[in-house]
Amino acid sequence: MIRAVIAFCLTVIAVPAQAIQIQQVVSPGGIEAWLVEDHSIPFTALSLDFKGGASLEAPGKRGAINLMAGTLEEGAGKLDATAFAQAVEDLGANISFDIGDDSLSVRMRALTENRDQATGLLALALTQPRFDDSAIERVRAQVQAIIRSEANDPQAIAAKEMASQAWGDHPYATSVNGTAKSVAALGRDDLIAAKNRVLARDRVLIGAAGDITAAELGPLLDTLLGGLPEKGTAPMPDPATLELTGGVTVIDWDSPQTIVSFAGPGLPLDDPQYFAAFVANHILGGGGFSSRLMEELREKRGLTYGIGTGLATGLFGQTWRGGMAASNQNIAQSLDLIRQEWDRMASEGVSEEELNDAKTYLTGEYPLRFDGNGKIASILSAMQLAGFPIDYVNTRNQQVESVTAEDVRRVAQRLLDSDQLRFVLVGRPEGVPVAAGNQAPDLSD
Amino acid sequence: MHRPTRSAVLPAVLPAALALCLSGLPALAEMPEGISHFTLPNGLETVVIQDHRAPVIVQMVWYKIGAADERPGKSGIAHYLEHLMFKGTDKLEPGELSKTVTANGGMDNAFTSYDYTAYFQRIASDRLPLIMEMEADRMANLKIGEDDWQAERQVVLEERAQRVDSEPRALFAEERGAVQFYNHPYGRPVIGWRQEMEGLTRADAIEWYDDHYSPNEAVLILAGDVTPEKARELAEQYYGPVAAKGEAEPRIRPQEPTQRSPRRMEMRDPRVAQPMLIRSMLATERNAGDQKPAAALTVLAELLGGSMQTSVLGRELALTGKAIWVNAGYDGLSVDPTTFSVSMVPAQNLAPQDAEALLDKALASFVETGPDEADLERVKTRIRAARIYARDSAHGRAYDYGQGLATGLLIEDVNDWPDILAQVTAEEVTDAARTLLSSKATVTGWLLPAEPEQQAEAETPASSGGAAAQGRPPLRPTPRDIPAEEVQG
Repeated sequence: MIRAVIAFCLTVIAVPAQAIQIQQVVSPGGIEAWLVEDHSIPFTALSLDFKGGASLEAPGKRGAINLMAGTLEEGAGKLDATAFAQAVEDLGANISFDIGDDSLSVRMRALTENRDQATGLLALALTQPRFDDSAIERVRAQVQAIIRSEANDPQAIAAKEMASQAWGDHPYATSVNGTAKSVAALGRDDLIAAKNRVLARDRVLIGAAGDITAAELGPLLDTLLGGLPEKGTAPMPDPATLELTGGVTVIDWDSPQTIVSFAGPGLPLDDPQYFAAFVANHILGGGGFSSRLMEELREKRGLTYGIGTGLATGLFGQTWRGGMAASNQNIAQSLDLIRQEWDRMASEGVSEEELNDAKTYLTGEYPLRFDGNGKIASILSAMQLAGFPIDYVNTRNQQVESVTAEDVRRVAQRLLDSDQLRFVLVGRPEGVPVAAGNQAPDLSD
Repeated sequence: MHRPTRSAVLPAVLPAALALCLSGLPALAEMPEGISHFTLPNGLETVVIQDHRAPVIVQMVWYKIGAADERPGKSGIAHYLEHLMFKGTDKLEPGELSKTVTANGGMDNAFTSYDYTAYFQRIASDRLPLIMEMEADRMANLKIGEDDWQAERQVVLEERAQRVDSEPRALFAEERGAVQFYNHPYGRPVIGWRQEMEGLTRADAIEWYDDHYSPNEAVLILAGDVTPEKARELAEQYYGPVAAKGEAEPRIRPQEPTQRSPRRMEMRDPRVAQPMLIRSMLATERNAGDQKPAAALTVLAELLGGSMQTSVLGRELALTGKAIWVNAGYDGLSVDPTTFSVSMVPAQNLAPQDAEALLDKALASFVETGPDEADLERVKTRIRAARIYARDSAHGRAYDYGQGLATGLLIEDVNDWPDILAQVTAEEVTDAARTLLSSKATVTGWLLPAEPEQQAEAETPASSGGAAAQGRPPLRPTPRDIPAEEVQG
């Protein structure tokens, strides 16, 4: 009874649309953006997502888009790396570039008093990056250092192995950083080509929030992006086919703990069963301290410091995955419990109490995300990247509410099958049977 | 187990929502806009940070007790107790607090450091009474069941295995700390030495709780969508009845003697891919009414290593290709003297001793010339802008006030800090740098890959390709360097 009352209150009170008005803005030059105005703090946050990101890589050039993104902030126009960074700092602005499998993200925060100047600097970085040889070498050295570090990081080793088994020829199968060899071979022309593949007006999604009006944002968008090519030179990649098979892969690593990564089939954001899977995941392993896996492995048995699962909903391919770390002697028991919970969700579904608790959390947590200009701007561009309609914030909680226990059981039966679950173990797990052919090759020569 | 708590709380939901519309603020002398402050009769100091942009509230309770207050032989007890604080009370089943927060759409967690142990929840603002009632309950009525304490000890040992034993950098930091401090407990790891953690008991935990968890040794922060009037009313209702356990005790720890010997350390580990130099030196901390020396050190850290493109070490070492990464770190929020550090990852073709010589030269030359005026101006512009951006996160401001008050500052000190930073002069920065560089209280540590023959055994099949965008993690550190903190979760 009490729980029902709480759920009711939350859906009534906490729908973010009551606090948040998203405006669609079209610039004089035809560039579209979503805006949430809030004039209480004198700054504006801007978030640009260039769809495709590192998955737009040219054949044989793995790492070029990452290297290009890392060099965008190293000088533009007449300003070399130091002069450019000084100019941004003189304004008290922040500009950052980040590369992912699905998007190249650009974030800017600028004070109202000098927003136009900050915008001018970002426009310069996007349209006239210098890509000086010295800057390329510096960023290349950083990337090579990361590649070396990741080769010695069990977490990264597990992620790499899983991606390589999952995604075949698709760019998802390899690291956005590239390999030591591929990165060593990249030249300035490759960076320019990479920029033209990714940075274009036909694939940019824009969120803005803070102390700016729609009338002010329009011209700003033209200043910022008017100088970019209209179309990117790379086509969007095809969807990837999941090639993962069930089983256990062990990579030998001398450590008291084993890193455990596991994954099986997932589903895209526009799948009719997406919200049912979202609720199921929360109950299975997504819900922090209260998930089934956390309860079984940490709370009851002290096997691990933490375990979590998530729906990896990439634009071009999806999995349902999870991870943990535990002492080598705990691994066999942990794997049994993970498989058991994976299958129990499919065979038994969830109780009404679990379902209601999950919905209350998921609907209650949603509006809490919109508590700052920086966060709101990022959410607005990410929603567009995912292809959501502008009224998504109004309908999203209703979609969570409408999930039934039967929906959860159905999607669990469709996707959760421990025989299809691939485990990648990096460590020296004790008592874990590995089928022939699943021992990763030892390359110690 | 059924909580009268729930039904007691629910009627408050609607009035709380209505109260949002009526927020008339009383004038609060000398406080920054949106900040108010009061102390309950039982000694619980409370700070309210108003931000009504979203229907969200953050509650934090900071206990002025941490790993540096532990007895020798019992390292890790502060952090272990933090975990056990989730194991219930007379009214709450083990784990029920977190489950209730989650079932109401919120999240909760806790963390332990040398000087404090803090608990927080973030939730829809109409749920504030619910989380205040539960937090006040475990301030007075913790119950640690026979079944729970041993499994939780395994959890903290797994936490240590994951976060320290599996991370060569963390192992090295632990040993560097032990060498930096001869006498002060900052030389012991917050999470504890493994063999001592293995011996911690339920009785140790209960004793720790009984001695230190009391409203007059705690700070309550409420940040977000709440008015000062409502906050005070709720604080009185829920925390008011919690009795203080005696007088608050002064925090007197063994202090450092004069250190006369600069120390050098080297650790090799096959899991290390990049050689890394970290030099730390004892440095003063922020003190109530006396923050100027710490302000100079804060500005110095920004000038030396705040940006890869514009800082002194960035320009001298990174832009010239001598280093892949440089940094300078200092956080003055500490009860006792803390450390200032500089670090670098040298370029691949540079021998460690040559890299260190270049670093020494850059630092010496900075002491000689002092900061460039334009650089200093730029750092101050960044500080001024950061103050505006900070208002975008009520959660972040809750940290600033909680950490400040929990380490012995007064609220005025926290309020004044940005102004004190803005007043730092070039001379003060140069003096601070000169003092640091002539200090003998230093530890210079090299973290290195294994010797070549060891390395061959550790090669892994990872070079052939594989996955997941990881960004550029170790090379772009956040400007805000948070010291050894153990976060539950």
